[in-house]
Parts: sequence; structure tokens; C-alpha cells
Amino acid sequence: MLVLDWILIVVAGWFALGFAGIAALRNTAFVARVLFPAGALLAAALAGFAAAALPGSPETAVLALGLPGLPFHLRLDGLSAFFLLVIGVAAFGISVFAAGYFRHGEGTPPGLMCLEYHIFLASMALVVLADDAYAFMVMWETMALSSFFLVTANHRVPAIREAGFLYLLIAHIGAIAILLCFGVLQANTGDYTFANMRAQSLSPLWGSAAFLLATLGFGAKAGILPLHVWLPEAHPAAPSPVSALMSAVMLKTAIYGLLRVSFDLLGAQQWWWGVLLMAVGLATALYGVVFSAVQTDMKRLLAYSSIENIGLLFVGIGLGVLFNAYGMKALSALALTAALYHVVAHALFKSLLFLATGSVLHSTGERSLGKLGGLMRRMPWVAWLSLVGVLASSGLPPFSGFVSEWLLLQSFLFTTGLPDSFLNMFVPVLAAGIALVAALAGYTMVKFYGVIFLGQPREPKLAHAHPSSPLERAGLVWLGAGCVLLGLFPAQLIDLIDRVTQLLVGGGIADTVRANGWLLLAPSSPDRASYSPLVFLLVVSVAVLLAVVLVRKLYHGRLRRAPAWDCGYPAQTPRMQDTAEGFGQPIRQIFEPFFRMRRELPSPFDAKPRYSVTIEDHFWHWLYLPVAGLTSRIARGIGRLQQGRIAIYLLYSFVTLMVLLLVVVKA
Amino acid sequence: MNTLLSQSINLFAVVLLVLAFAMIAQRRILTLIHLFTLQGAALAAATLIVGYLTGQHHLYFSAVLTFVLKVILIPILLHRVIRRLNVRWDVETLFNIPTTMLIGIVLVIFAFNLAAPIAGLSTSIARGTLGIALACVLLSFLMMIVRAKAVPQVIGFLSMENGLFFAATAATSGMPMIVELGIAFDVLVGILILGVFMFQIREQFDSLDIRHLEKLKED
Repeated sequence: MLVLDWILIVVAGWFALGFAGIAALRNTAFVARVLFPAGALLAAALAGFAAAALPGSPETAVLALGLPGLPFHLRLDGLSAFFLLVIGVAAFGISVFAAGYFRHGEGTPPGLMCLEYHIFLASMALVVLADDAYAFMVMWETMALSSFFLVTANHRVPAIREAGFLYLLIAHIGAIAILLCFGVLQANTGDYTFANMRAQSLSPLWGSAAFLLATLGFGAKAGILPLHVWLPEAHPAAPSPVSALMSAVMLKTAIYGLLRVSFDLLGAQQWWWGVLLMAVGLATALYGVVFSAVQTDMKRLLAYSSIENIGLLFVGIGLGVLFNAYGMKALSALALTAALYHVVAHALFKSLLFLATGSVLHSTGERSLGKLGGLMRRMPWVAWLSLVGVLASSGLPPFSGFVSEWLLLQSFLFTTGLPDSFLNMFVPVLAAGIALVAALAGYTMVKFYGVIFLGQPREPKLAHAHPSSPLERAGLVWLGAGCVLLGLFPAQLIDLIDRVTQLLVGGGIADTVRANGWLLLAPSSPDRASYSPLVFLLVVSVAVLLAVVLVRKLYHGRLRRAPAWDCGYPAQTPRMQDTAEGFGQPIRQIFEPFFRMRRELPSPFDAKPRYSVTIEDHFWHWLYLPVAGLTSRIARGIGRLQQGRIAIYLLYSFVTLMVLLLVVVKA
Repeated sequence: MNTLLSQSINLFAVVLLVLAFAMIAQRRILTLIHLFTLQGAALAAATLIVGYLTGQHHLYFSAVLTFVLKVILIPILLHRVIRRLNVRWDVETLFNIPTTMLIGIVLVIFAFNLAAPIAGLSTSIARGTLGIALACVLLSFLMMIVRAKAVPQVIGFLSMENGLFFAATAATSGMPMIVELGIAFDVLVGILILGVFMFQIREQFDSLDIRHLEKLKED
């Protein structure tokens, strides 16, 4: 049996679990204890099969589904196998967590949730397997629709319905662009299989048109700059496992689509495509991270952080395109390796963080940062595992985020070798932007972690926060372990990514990496730059241990008496801590032009001072509201046609018929 | 014999057209149903003759189907509906009959003009009547537009289907059997649904005047 068949069995299993959920519509215990764990096992199996398929040669299959004469073509190659691996690994942790997460009586019945969740998983797996535009679009839309229903699980809240509408709207704008892109790619042959699209060689003009449409379409799903507005609305609206799945996996299918179109289906690449992707990506990353720093809702903060990471991925892909356009295969492979590594790293740490916010939300009922604090003592598991996620997300060694960001910066260092003098001056400047984004991401994560888990509880009710359930912990442990292992043993994953880059650009960095052994990661040569995570970990651990021992034994060992004035803190109250707003304030000052801010400051004589600040996105007022206004004006104009009289409606059809007949007669 | 029969096709076609005009001018609902029944009978007869002359036996089935449906079943249904709705003796005030008739004449000329090139391509025995068939369709459409009550509109709709059916017979010796069966079934279901609608409209507004439906539009 082919590996593809096994993967299809897994996908069919997901569908079956979904429909089993319908049968047990309101049986929360059955859905949570049987169906979700079973889905998790299937996800693990998927990851295993995908890892097995990664080194193999492409496999194809034709499903007898779809329209008559238009079956679904599937193909499993290195790129799809890699993304299936990401889906499987992340979905395993998220499904295990979800088994412990869904409780009784929350909006949508659990069985329906189970159906939508598993169809979502299955459609994502099929999106990356699709080998013709028809199957791809059907699965892409299934993915969008199932996730729409998951986002609006709590549809009785008007804000959540609005978030769902915004998501669906932008998803459809993207889908239209993708459809048009496939239309350009098939070059008027009428054959929409990817094999045919690969065989076509488009003129530079049409190739660029296809590329731009793909960037727009997949960018809408991924959340690049002008189309990012749905992410901070939809992610907080959805239940946490769903936010995790959307942010960790669904955004990555958009990255998959972009890679598939720009490297696989389009033949020759233009250098300016890469520059465009990098510029858009950097703008998105900067925008995302700056907004992330001023958020006060923990899930919105993470949603903006996802936008930032998507921006970084676009920069990586753009750099890959740029190198590839000049025929620098090895460097292109390096940039793509960085991007693909970040795909995995982000999938793991962002789902970990989203799930952690889910645990916090469940145990406290709060998601506003201003009302949390001090949860480290109440929820030690979640707190320590979040610390891993936060460190990985900030790009600190020895965790996974560092490896990908380091590789990305490394690949930027080679841009001086580009044969265009303008480019080799301009592109390294972007590396400075990446460094800025990485630093701000660290700032944001300090805020996220510090305000939620450290300090003292800001509300009395937090004293009753209960620790997370064992299944929730298991899911978090799996994802946290992934972050650590990817950080410590990068060479192994790079070995796998090598198959993908071989496929995409015909080059890879695994050979150079392997030559230096698995301890030392050196993408080009060890004299130039190298990173040894285990040694780093060892040194850091020893340093920390020494510091602890020294402080404990030498400093606290001395005689130390109780305070007189206690360093000015005789009584500490939770209100004396830095707040989320306070922590984000410097960023708000420095990046003021980014925001549309309304602030209400209390006067010094106010007996009950109130302070409020609302921060909005400029794009709402620059882009979305004008477009919405125009649309409703046009709609009102067209609405005049609606008279309400049947005779008038009949007259419309009659006149249309007569005019058409006249045209026929004249022709 | 055959010349006589082929002439009679033209005769029935003319009967169809005259009946279509009569329906436009007719104010009584009961008489409208009678006219519709007659139209169905003429259609069935024309189909039968075309079938006999061309030796296409499936047209016999079409003729029988037309007869059962449009001469027996649908008129019975319509009679029941108007009896139940108590509009049997209703008289409708119509918008300027002579003007409507003049527009109808223009439509007939237009239809003939339209049909001329198509009839030239056709090999069917009844190709000369294609213009009449199209004229019937357009006239029935016109009738739907000018009527203000629900029952005459439904009759206009059914009569339009008659015209279409005749056009198919005239141009290509009938549609494939399966299509014909499908359409016949559609018409039957359509009339049932429209009957239900009429009762509902009556229930809501105490009248069958479709002007009341105007307030259903969205503002």
C-alpha cells in the first residue's frame, strides 16, 4: 500500500469521527473522552506517515469523488508531506488538549463542534494533498467554512458573529484571487491539474499576474498587511483549541499554497517578486508586533503576534525567491529552510501559547490582561510550559524560535553577494528590520508572560483559579517538548526540510549541516557562523546554577534582619504592579503614528479617576470603511430596482428577453 | 390526405394564437380557464398530427400526456381552486385592452421576424408555425405582466408553457421524452405549489390582488 493510501485512511477516519460526533450530539463526555483522543491518535498517525513519505518519491492518486469527468487528483510529494507533518504534530497536541478543554453547555453542542473540528483537520490535510485546482478549491473552501463555524461557536454574542463575518468575507476575497490565479496558470488549456500547470511556461507578464494573485489570495488567508484585520477579531472569538489550530496550522496552509504556486507551479521567477514579498512581509511583521505590544486582551495579543510571524515567513520566502531568481540555489535553499523551520516552530509555540490562554480563560474566566496576574502559583504547569512557548516565540536560544530567526538572519548576510548593486545595498537593511521585529517580539512576550503569570493576582477571584486538567497538561507538554527538541536538535529537522528545498529549488543545506555533526549547526561553513544549542544550554544552565548557589549560599547566608522602611514598600498591593497598558506605553509613544488612539485621562482632582484608551487600526478608516461605504451606496442604488410589484419584475425579465432576442436577430 | 393534415397543423397553430389573444382580452376568470383548456386541446391535437405525419411515435405519448395534463388534470385543479377561493364569478378590471392588443400585435410581428431564420434551418414539417409558437410565448408573458390577480397570472404562466411546448414540437419534432416528462411533472408540481400560494395570499390579505405583495419588499 502507498503511504498516500494510509494518509487517506487517516483523513477518512477524521471524517468518520466528525459524523460520530453528530450521532452523540450532546454527549459531552463521549465526545471529549473518546472522539477527540481518537482524533489525536489519527493526527499522530498522520505525522508518522508524513515523516515516512518525506524522503520518498511523489505518489499520486485519483479519487472517484467530485463531478462526473472531473475527479479529485491527489499527490503526495516532499512539500505536502512536510506540511502534513506540521498538521499532524500540531493537531495531536491540540486534540489532546481539546479533549480536556471542551466542557458542558458552551454555545454549539459538543458533537457539532467535533464534526466541524475534524472536518477542518481533514480539509487542511486534503488541501496540501490536492493536485488539481478543483480539489484544491473545494478543500480550501471546506477549510474556510468549517473554521468559520468553529469561530462562531459562541454565536449568540454579536461581536463574535461580526468577527465570523469579517473572516468569511476576507477568506472569500482570497479564494477568488486564488481561483483567478489558477485560471491564469492553466494558460487557456482548459486542464486544471497541477501537472498541466507545471508544464505551461507563462510569459513574464502573465507569470507575474499569477504570482500577484497568489500573493493576494494566500496573503488574505495568512493575514498579510492590508488583509490582516480578520485575525485579531477571529482568534479571540474562537474557542482556544480552534484559535490554536487556525493560527498554528491553517495560516500555514496559506504558506503552503504560496510555496506551491511560486516555486512549483510557476516556472521561472522574477527578482522583484522576492523584493515584493520581503517588503510586504517586513511591513506585516512590524505592524503585527507593534500592535501586539499594546494589546490588553491576551488572545488579541497572540493574534497580532501571529501576524508578525506570518510576516517573517513571507520575508523568508521572499528572500528564497530573490536568490532563486538569480540562480543562487544553495542560498535560496538556506532562506527557505529558515522559513520552513519557522513554520514548524511557530506552529508549535503559537499553539502552545493559545492553548495556555485557553487554560487561563477556563480557570479564571478572564482574558483581559488587566485582571490577571500571579497565576504562576495557581497554575504551575501552564505557567512553566508557557514560559517555554514564550521563550521560543521571542526567538531566544536554546528554543526553536531562535534557530529559525538565526537562520533567516544568516541568509540575509549573504545578500551582499546578489549581482544587483541596488539590491545588495537595500536588502541588508531589511535584516535590521527583522532584528527590530525580533526585539519587539521579545518585549511583547515579556509583557504577555509577566502580566499573566508573575506578580500578584489583580483580582480577588484569581485566588480560586483551579489548575488545568491532566489532558490539557498532556497537550501542552507535547507542544512544549516540541519547542525544546526543535531548539536543541535542529540538524534533524533540517535533514527533513532538505527534501523540500531539493524539490523546490534543487538545492539544500543538509549536506553542509551534516558534515559538522549533529551538535553544531553551521548553515554555510563553521568558520562563518555556527550555533551549538546543547553547548549553549549547558553553559546557560551552569551559569544559572552557579548564580543561584552563589546568591542562596553567599548572599542570603549572611545575617539579614527584617525591615524598618522595607525599601519603601511596607505594604505591597496588586495595584502597585505594572499593568499591561503601562508596560505597553513606551511602544505606544514611540510608534504613535501606527495607531489611531482615543485616550481619556482623568483630571488630578477626580475622586474616582478613570483612564481609558482605545486603539484602532488605521486600515479600518483608510481602506475598509470607504470600501464598505461604497458598497452600500451601490447596493442602495440597485435597491431602487426592487419595486415590490410582480408586474414590474416580470417586465424586467420581459424587456431583458426582448433585448436579447433583438441582439440575436441582428447578429 | 397528407396535405390536408399538414394544413390542419397550421390551423391548430392559428387556433393557439387566437386563443392567446383571447386570453389577453378576457376578464372572466372562469372563461379564462375554458380558454386554457381549449388551448391545451389544440396543442394536443397539433402534436398528434405532427407525430402521425412524421412517424415519430413518441410524439403520441407527448400528445396523450398533454391531453391528460392540460385538458383534464390542470383545469380540474384550477376549477377547484377558484371554487374554494370563491372567485368563480370574479371579473377583473383590466388596463386598457385595445392598447394591450396592439402591443400583442407588435409582439407577433417581432416573433415572426425572429423565427424566420430559425425556421429556415429546420427540417421539421411544422417549421412554418415556429413564429406562432414564439408569439404565444410572448403573448402569455405579456398577459402575466398586465394581470393584477393571482389566478390569471398562473394561467398566463401555464399558457406560456403551452407555447414553449408547441415551439419544441414545431422546430425539432419534440424534445427528448425524458425532458418532456420532466417538464410535465414540473408544471404539475408548479401548479400545486402556486395553488398553495394563492390560498396563503388569500389568508394573509383577504384578497388575491397581488398588489398586496408590494409591501413585502425590503426597505
